[in-house]
Amino acid sequence: MKPCTFEYYKPSSMEEALDLMHQYGGEAKILAGGQSLVPAMNFRLATPGILIDINGLQDLSYIKEHRKHGVLIGAMARYSELEKSDVVAKKCPLLHETIPYIAHPQIRNRGTMGGSLVHADPAAELPAVMLALDASLRLRNKDGERVVAITDFFTGMFGTAMKEDEILTEVAIPHMPKRYGFAFDEVSRRHGDYAMVGVAVSLNVDRKGRCEKGKIVFFSVGDAPVFAEKASQLLDKQNVSEELLENIANVASSEDIEPGSDIHASADYRRHLAKVLTKKTLKRAFDKALA
Amino acid sequence: MATRYFGQRIRRNEDPRLLTGQALFTDDVNLPNTLHVAFYRSDYAHGKILSIDTEEAKKRPGVIGVYTAEDLGDYWQRGPLLVPPPPIKDIVFNERTQVPLAKDKICHAGEAVVMVVAESRYIAEDAVEDIEVDIDFLDAVVDIEKAMTDESPLVHDDIEKNIAAHVVQEKGSYSSIRDKAHTVISRKFIYDRGTAAAMENRGVVANWDERNQQLTVWDTTQAPIPIRNGLAAMLGLSQSQVRVIAPFIGGGFGPKIMMFYPEEVLIPWVSKQLKRPVKWIEDREENFFSTTHERGQVHEAEIAVAEDGKILGIHDVFVHDAGAYAPYGLTVPINSQCTLLGCYDVPNYYSEFTAVFTNKPIVTPYRGAGRQHGVFVMERLLDLAAQKLGMTPVEIRRKNFIPQDAFPYDNEIIYQDFSPLVYDSGNYEPALKRAVELIEYDKFIKEEQPRLLQEGKRVGIGIVSYVEGTGIGPYEGAKVSIDPSGKVSLVTGIGTQGQGHFTSFAQIVSEVLDVPVEDVRVVTGDTLEFGWGAGTFASRGAVVAGSACHEAALAVKKKIHKLASEILEASEDDLEVSGGNVQVKGVPDTAISLGELAAKANPLRGAVKPGTEPGLEATSYFGPSRGTTASGVHAMIVSVDPETFLVNIERYIVVHDCGRVINPMILDGQIQGGVAQGIGNAFYEQLFFDENGQLLNASFMDYLLPTSLDVPKIEGDHIETPSPLNPLGVKGAGEAGAIPVGALYAQAIENAFHDCNLEILEIPLSPNRLYEIISQNKTKEQI
Ligand SMILES: Cc1cc2nc3c(=O)[nH]c(=O)nc-3n(C[C@H](O)[C@H](O)[C@H](O)COP(=O)(O)OP(=O)(O)OC[C@H]3O[C@@H](n4cnc5c(N)ncnc54)[C@H](O)[C@@H]3O)c2cc1C
Repeated sequence: MKPCTFEYYKPSSMEEALDLMHQYGGEAKILAGGQSLVPAMNFRLATPGILIDINGLQDLSYIKEHRKHGVLIGAMARYSELEKSDVVAKKCPLLHETIPYIAHPQIRNRGTMGGSLVHADPAAELPAVMLALDASLRLRNKDGERVVAITDFFTGMFGTAMKEDEILTEVAIPHMPKRYGFAFDEVSRRHGDYAMVGVAVSLNVDRKGRCEKGKIVFFSVGDAPVFAEKASQLLDKQNVSEELLENIANVASSEDIEPGSDIHASADYRRHLAKVLTKKTLKRAFDKALA
Repeated sequence: MATRYFGQRIRRNEDPRLLTGQALFTDDVNLPNTLHVAFYRSDYAHGKILSIDTEEAKKRPGVIGVYTAEDLGDYWQRGPLLVPPPPIKDIVFNERTQVPLAKDKICHAGEAVVMVVAESRYIAEDAVEDIEVDIDFLDAVVDIEKAMTDESPLVHDDIEKNIAAHVVQEKGSYSSIRDKAHTVISRKFIYDRGTAAAMENRGVVANWDERNQQLTVWDTTQAPIPIRNGLAAMLGLSQSQVRVIAPFIGGGFGPKIMMFYPEEVLIPWVSKQLKRPVKWIEDREENFFSTTHERGQVHEAEIAVAEDGKILGIHDVFVHDAGAYAPYGLTVPINSQCTLLGCYDVPNYYSEFTAVFTNKPIVTPYRGAGRQHGVFVMERLLDLAAQKLGMTPVEIRRKNFIPQDAFPYDNEIIYQDFSPLVYDSGNYEPALKRAVELIEYDKFIKEEQPRLLQEGKRVGIGIVSYVEGTGIGPYEGAKVSIDPSGKVSLVTGIGTQGQGHFTSFAQIVSEVLDVPVEDVRVVTGDTLEFGWGAGTFASRGAVVAGSACHEAALAVKKKIHKLASEILEASEDDLEVSGGNVQVKGVPDTAISLGELAAKANPLRGAVKPGTEPGLEATSYFGPSRGTTASGVHAMIVSVDPETFLVNIERYIVVHDCGRVINPMILDGQIQGGVAQGIGNAFYEQLFFDENGQLLNASFMDYLLPTSLDVPKIEGDHIETPSPLNPLGVKGAGEAGAIPVGALYAQAIENAFHDCNLEILEIPLSPNRLYEIISQNKTKEQI
């Protein structure tokens, strides 16, 4: 379990990093927290010839509020920083609630927002939560930058819309609407494990308590985070009720997802869990929005 | 008897070294000029090797040597059969042991094919990727029941139906009572594979010293002396030319007593070839394939009971998964066969097993060593019988316990140590009673459970008992000597893997010589210091080596008395050792310190009497006539989330009897750790193989060990029923925590769903599996 040989660069500015990416492109990999990349290298599942370590770029780990764009998070913000951030707690409570489910403190001290999104593990929490929150991602290369909506970002198993020479620099999470409710839950074998099934719910209601906009997003049930489109549509203009929850949970678990089987959970069990979790989290999200 | 040291909760002598990172582990041995080894291991589970191309690997800068089976010449030999088949009538035994490097055929995924030696492990691993092995892929033998059929492929071409062994043992006559029974219950039980997953993987460092013609080997083995003896024979050296050191080891649990692992054969050899130190440290991925596994068995078992719940007989036919080779003989299945009888009086027993070869890693004992399976089958059968008869699990066990006055109790079959399975002593009722009290069994059933069920909570209680055959022979030894400083040195041949030997053994000696425990310096597992013995296994350290320590301390005490009687001109009977001195009883003025006496026992001038031995030193050996039988009761309360089927342990009780307790704190640690492994085995850990014999979860991401959040604090108590088979009255305790946990999970979860007619007949379980079992059950009921 030793990695192949590689060259290592540690740029001290973004420009330098982008130059290196431009020069080496497909041969190079960005090293952020290393919590996915380094194990993959040790197993020789990843064999990058060049590592570009962006831990020297101090200005990439900010967490701040922007009047127009919502909460802006630098790609190098660590899980543990997100966990302790007041801005996140107040302005992105769904994200705040989610972080403790990710791995263990040691890993949260290193792993980054950017790393999690670019790694695009279908069982990871943050990609699903960012999908539920309608985040947008700022990508840079030597030629400039572009902003990609999270809905266009994930392209399949560990796949993203990033170009070979791009670096993810920032994630923007829009402001919470009024009468907002959210919930996160997952079922994993042990605390800190990748979940067998997880779900993030984000919604808001009108003055009469009817859902205006709601998003249910699953993870660990497909080859990318899955937005439960049909189920989410059923929320439209609805007041919360037992029947609604039951109906939505049924649709979500039977029509919106196509889970696979693995050694930890059969497809059947995953559907069952998706149903159980949908009901619970939706109820909690409504309760919060109505409070 | 009043004790000062024996039986006390004394802090461990070894902990300062361990906790400050000063203890030497194998990977800490860094000699100048060391070479590093990596292996090419087969990706396939079964296949014929057509060709091996190592040319590219040899050309890689930094590579010193690349070796295939051919390159080993005559040194290529099958490993020894460690445990020959026991003398049981009509036994079938087809011996097949492992090889250092696969020659013609691959028998399991991960089997070593080529060894690469290089200047660093990095280069060695790069060179492994350069190697090309052309393999003619064969269908793999994976399912143990199918392995015995005519259609099955053969793991070893000359062994028909993959049969490694077939054994029948019988007591009384089951067939003659079956028809007379009130109730007969039969079921199929499955117990699947796991791995010990010791914190420290295996490792070997060897250094051949050409000038001194001396080989030193650091090895993570539980049996340094047999390794030395074997290496000397294989390498054509005398035993005095080989020193094997088993330093601190991060967990053994049985797989580290397997001999000889290919690496243990190859690393010393190649060090001698290249005349340089050579190091191989197993990584976690290798550990999943190349360190031995345990557990796979399928039982078809039947219990016949009278109306009052008394067992009339048991009938059990099972298949045991031996893996690709069976160097450890029949220890595991024989343990299953014997341990099934448990704490119970079973007048008629028929047990038949077939051990089969499969294209999976080798099976050898792992903490519990087959006992889990036997206990699982017996305890489950009792639970099913109790349910049928309207008894509680407690009642049916009480009904069948071997009575206190029936010991020694002869089970009339042969045990793994080849001697008859005779329980030396035991007293099972008090442990059950105590466990029932501690877990508040009746209150739980009458009050708690109904109340929680009303709140929609599924909670269940379980209580099971078991025996553990421990402390088997042949023998161990110890050397005790007193230094002129007054400190005591204690040396024993067995290796240590975290059991607390540096303290428990010291306590035994302290008790005899009345010196502080921290003044006894213990050395274990270095063949240069002590060269006779077998090793640490079968929960035998305290019993066998501990007794040898005791005997050696007594012999030294005798020498103290003898020399002091000459000096003090008093009779030996009038002397006592006390507080590091020897003196005339009750006359402190006469005290001579043991250090001073030790100096006097080693005069530099003058004359000694003929026959005088220098020093206050003695070496003693202890070999028990047969093993001791420890026992215990585990009880637990679980809650099961009825929606997710996640299981949480609310309380866990162990009441344990391992005879006299040397150090209750160390014993508690053994139990706590054993239960943790049992919990892993029952609910988290499972090795999954696909139909090609590929292991699907060879990493800690997917092979789930319970963490500190999943293992509760174990509460409990001890009952002391001394063993008559050794001077200390002790019995082994190493495996007790792990053995009955599967049976306990099954009973407790069934109890949580007691209104649903659930039957749990397999281990390991998981939330996914519970979901399947419970949903199947629902449909069954609806139909
Ligand atoms: C024991 C353990 C348990 C874990 N459990 C969980 C869990 O429960 N849930 C979970 O979601 N994750 C879990 N993880 C993974 C962890 O969350 C990773 O930290 C995360 O997936 C990657 O973040 P990182 O900063 O460490 O990225 P790295 O490992 O450094 O990089 C990951 C990938 O992203 C690329 N990359 C990183 N940053 C950028 C960037 N700014 N621009 C472009 N490319 C970039 C890298 O090149 C690489 O391909 C676990 C990891 C471990 C070791």
